[in-house]
Amino acid sequence: MQHGKRGPAFWFLGAFFCLFVLFLYGPTLTILILSFQGPSGGLTFPMNGVSVHWFKNLFEKQMVGDFAGSLQRSMILGAATMLVTVVASFSAGLAFRTRFRGSAIVFYLAIASLIVPSILISLGIGLLFRVLGWDPTWYTSAFGAHLTWTLPFGLLIMFAVFNRFDRRYEEASRDLGATSWQTIRHVVIPILLPSLIGVGLFGFTLSYDEFARSLYTAGTFNTLPLEIYGMTTNVTTPVLYALGTVTTGVSFAVIAIALVSVTWLRRRRARHGSDAGKAA
Amino acid sequence: MSRVKHWITYLQVAPLALVFLLFLVVPIATIVVVSFFDYNTTQIIPAFLLQNYEELLLSPVTWRTYQQTIQFAVITWALTLVIGFTVAYFMAFHVRSPTVQTVLFLLCTIPFWTSNVIRMISWIPFLGRNGLANTTLINMGLIQQPLEFLLYSDFAVVLAYVHLYTLFMVVPIFNSMMRVDRSLLEAARDAGASGWQTLVNVILPLCKPGIAIGSIFIVTIVMGDFVTVRMMSGGLSASVGLMMANAMSLLQSPAAAANAVVLLLLVLFIVAAMMRMVDIRKEL
Repeated sequence: MQHGKRGPAFWFLGAFFCLFVLFLYGPTLTILILSFQGPSGGLTFPMNGVSVHWFKNLFEKQMVGDFAGSLQRSMILGAATMLVTVVASFSAGLAFRTRFRGSAIVFYLAIASLIVPSILISLGIGLLFRVLGWDPTWYTSAFGAHLTWTLPFGLLIMFAVFNRFDRRYEEASRDLGATSWQTIRHVVIPILLPSLIGVGLFGFTLSYDEFARSLYTAGTFNTLPLEIYGMTTNVTTPVLYALGTVTTGVSFAVIAIALVSVTWLRRRRARHGSDAGKAA
Repeated sequence: MSRVKHWITYLQVAPLALVFLLFLVVPIATIVVVSFFDYNTTQIIPAFLLQNYEELLLSPVTWRTYQQTIQFAVITWALTLVIGFTVAYFMAFHVRSPTVQTVLFLLCTIPFWTSNVIRMISWIPFLGRNGLANTTLINMGLIQQPLEFLLYSDFAVVLAYVHLYTLFMVVPIFNSMMRVDRSLLEAARDAGASGWQTLVNVILPLCKPGIAIGSIFIVTIVMGDFVTVRMMSGGLSASVGLMMANAMSLLQSPAAAANAVVLLLLVLFIVAAMMRMVDIRKEL
C-alpha cells in the first residue's frame, strides 16, 4: 500500500472520494450560481439572464425582513463567542495540565455539553429565563448557549495541543529567569498561536451558524440563521439563494483568513527556526 | 504543590466551569423542574404533577414519533459510517503525500464551518419538482412524471443528514487511522493477509474508538434534531425535537420539558452504551 503501483482499490476509492466531495460542495455551488438569476428567474434552472437583482433585494429592509440587522448581530455575537472561547479554552487547557480536584467533573461537563442535544440546551435556557422573569436576548442567553457549544470544542483542541507541547520550552524560559506570566506571554502563546487561531475559527463559525441553540434564547431580535429559517417559509424567490451566497461567503472569508494566518505563521517559524538574539 | 498554585489553577478553569454551570447544568435542572409544573393557556404554574409524563407516555403519537426518530438515527448512522469510513480510509491509507492529505482533509471539513440551514436550502434546485434531478430523469426518458418524493420526504431528510453530518464520522475515524502503526500493516502483509483481510482484522479493530466517537455525534445530533426534519420533510415527517418545538409554540412548555427529560435519558443511555467502547481522553 505504501509503495509500488496504484492498484484498482486506489482508483475505486479515489472515485468514491471525488463523488463525496461533489456531494458536499455541489448543492452550495448550485445556489451560488442561481443567486445571480435574472429578475424574472425562479428557484430552479434554467437561468433567466444574469443579474445582481436578488442581492440588491436582500438589503432592502421591508422586502425580506431584517437581513442587515441580523447579519450584524450574528457577526458581533460570533466575534464575542470567538474571543471568550479562545481565552477560556486556553486558560482551562493550562489548568488541566495539573491534576486538580474536580477536574473530572469539569471534563465530563464539557463532554455532556457536546452530547446533550442542542435543542435541550436552548429550551432549558429559554425556560430558565422565563422562570426568572428575564427577557432572553441574543447578547445574554444566546451568547451563553453558543458558548456551551464552542467551549467543549475549544477545550478538546487545547487538550490535544498541550499533549503535544514540549514542556522543556517552559523550563528553559523559567531557567532564564522569566516569571510564569512572561513564560506564557512570550513562550507558550507564540508557540500555540496557530492552534489558538484554530480554536477561534471554531468559536466564530459555530456561533455564526448556530440555529438550534439560538431558537429559544435569542429573544426579540433574530440572529442570522433564525432570520434565514424564517425566510424559507415565506420567501419563494432567488433572494433566498442570494442570502445563502452572502452567508457562505462570510464563512469562507473567515475560514480563509484563519487558514492563511496559520500557514503564514508556520512558514515564518520555519524561516526563523531560531530567534536567538532577536528578543525585543 | 503550593497553595498559591492551586488557587491559580482554579482561577484558570473558572470561566469555563462557570459557563457550563450557568448555561448547561442550571438550564437542564430547570427543564427537570418545569417538567413537573402545571400549565394553562397563558402561563406555567409551579406544582409537582406527574401529569405531563402520563400524557406523554400514554399517547401513541409519542411512541410513533420516538420510533421514527430512532429509525432516522439508525439509517443515518449506518450510511454515515460506511461513507465516512471509506472516505477516511482513502485519505489515511491511499494518499501518500502528507500535504495532499492535509488538503483533502480540509476539503472535507470546510463545509462544517458553513451554515446548516443554507446547506439544506441548497438542495431545493436539485430535488424540487422542477429541479435538476427530475429534469435530467425526464430528459433521459426514465420517468414521465416528476418524482414527488425527492424533496419534502423522509428520503430528503436522510439525504440532508448524511450531507450535513458525515463529517462527524470522517474526522474521528481519520484521526484513529492516522495513529495506526504502519508497521502493523506491513506485518499483516508479510504474514500473507490480503488487503481486505488487513482492513477487517487490523485496521477496523484499531479504529473502534474513532467509530464510537463519530457514532455518538451522529446519534445525539439526529435524535435531537428538529430543523432538518421540518425543512426537508416540509412538515410531513415527525421527530422528537419537532414534537417539543410544537409544544413550545402552543405555550405548553411543561409538556415540552417532560418530553425533553425523556429524550435526554434516552440519549444518555445510548451514549453510555457507546462510551463503554472507548476512553475519550486517550483519543486526544
